[in-house]
Amino acid sequence: MSVLVYVEQAEGKFKKSVFEAVSYAKAIADQQSTNLTAISIGDVAETELKELGKYGATKVLNVSVDQLKTFVNQAYATVIATAAEKEGADIVVLSNSFSGKGLAPRIAVKLKAGLADGAVELPSTDGKFAVKKTAFSGKAFAITELTSANKVIALNPNAFGVKENATDAVIENFAADVKQSNLGTVIKEIVRATDKISLPDAELVVSAGRGLKGPENWGMIEELAGLLGAATACSKPVSDADWRPHSEHVGQTGIAISPNLYIAIGISGAIQHLAGVSSSKVIVVINKDPEAPFFKVADYGIVGDAFEVVPKLIEALKAHKA
Amino acid sequence: MKILVCISNVPDTTTKITFTNDNTEFNTTGVQYIVNPYDEIALSRAIELTEGGKGTVTVINVGEATNDPTIRKALAIGADDAVRVNAAPRDAYFVAKQIAEYAKDKDFNIILTGRESIDYNGNQVAAMVGEFLDIPSISIIKKLDIDGDNATVEREIEGGKEVLTVSGKFVASCAEGVAEPKIPNMRGIMSARTKPLTVVDAVSIEEVTKVTKYETPAPRGTVKLIPSDQTESLIGLLHSEAKVI
Repeated sequence: MSVLVYVEQAEGKFKKSVFEAVSYAKAIADQQSTNLTAISIGDVAETELKELGKYGATKVLNVSVDQLKTFVNQAYATVIATAAEKEGADIVVLSNSFSGKGLAPRIAVKLKAGLADGAVELPSTDGKFAVKKTAFSGKAFAITELTSANKVIALNPNAFGVKENATDAVIENFAADVKQSNLGTVIKEIVRATDKISLPDAELVVSAGRGLKGPENWGMIEELAGLLGAATACSKPVSDADWRPHSEHVGQTGIAISPNLYIAIGISGAIQHLAGVSSSKVIVVINKDPEAPFFKVADYGIVGDAFEVVPKLIEALKAHKA
Repeated sequence: MKILVCISNVPDTTTKITFTNDNTEFNTTGVQYIVNPYDEIALSRAIELTEGGKGTVTVINVGEATNDPTIRKALAIGADDAVRVNAAPRDAYFVAKQIAEYAKDKDFNIILTGRESIDYNGNQVAAMVGEFLDIPSISIIKKLDIDGDNATVEREIEGGKEVLTVSGKFVASCAEGVAEPKIPNMRGIMSARTKPLTVVDAVSIEEVTKVTKYETPAPRGTVKLIPSDQTESLIGLLHSEAKVI
């Protein structure tokens, strides 16, 4: 029995959400009085792999094979499930990232394992292995017992936090046998907006809605987000009107996020929007309508016109940073 | 081209979510059910791709007879026929197994789902069906184009997108951007009544998960309103009181 954590790399580096998944997997390994092994697939330098030891991984399996340099979920799932079997790992942990969402279900089927995706807490230790996960798009949580012998957990970003637990990680090369039939998808192009903070990973988010009146008014939103080091987001009507890209739409039918700070500007707070953001730790609402439903779930509120309030906040933030 | 679209029967997006029986069951009293909004996107793209005699669209749902109105809605939107696997959908593992069992000898070129169901938010079924059938799967796609036996898809990644190609059979879960959801017209609604809806039996599979209890998010305290002439003080509060910046 042991715990295996899959550490997703992007251009040879691990992101904060990966260290968070390792921290979470280490806590589960401690609960089970066992060891934590990590598995990395792709080109990652040894110094970067060693970093995983900082969060409690005692062993790192490094899969560096030409055909697996870029993500193919079918082949990656095969490698991870094979590693779990060889290592005797009955619990597999990964981050509930976009790639993780495509990978975890395939691993679960291979291992005949129950899958808890969108996990927000450690499993219970009362004899049942039950994991709290988001459900009904943030309107509720489902305590889901994994009744199978093998278990897979996909952890929501920002749910557990990064926790240091330094140990010395031993790095081993792991030989993967790749079947051609597992390489059905071929990546042609990866486009990353490098100047932007990715929304699901963001600790701080500045979001705006129809109250902004038009796409030409987003300059001040981006300036505020830039000063905070925050990602930008928007409400559904805004992305439906093509004022902002769909990838920025948060809410029940968009992305569900749980940042430390969510600032909603000119968003009334329809139930579908609240569903996607209600697990934010601190919510600030700026709206000129004092009756806006969003104020009911806010921690801080300013009743005022966004075009007056936001420039003042930008000035105050510049003064605060100086 | 034969496309199979998996649809889920979910509570309307405006539903207030409550639970009964000591928080162990979802309270269905007064709840309106709809086709999962993401599944509608998948269905709409499937219809676009097969329009003009280029193929057929079958929808499949795993559920009991109470789901039939939702299935008829999908037929009204434009699916050619429907299949219902007659069983209460236990979890994604169970549902994916039923869909894979049905699809394995039917020669579908493409199997589509929504990116997730808005009740259990799994995004599990597509990749699980892919694994049960041992064919490629792509999760959370934003664009889907077909050229003969080759498909080009765009999938979302953190802070950007990935463009992929896939040949032969595959499964994909669709997000916004793949298509504009189609609204059924009167002719669609009329013809939906007579389109074939086949009911098949479920296969048995081991239980792997069980929801033991539901919780609702803890209510927040009352909002601290900052007078609009003291806007600047928000930054100080976020720094020293909330400690988030």
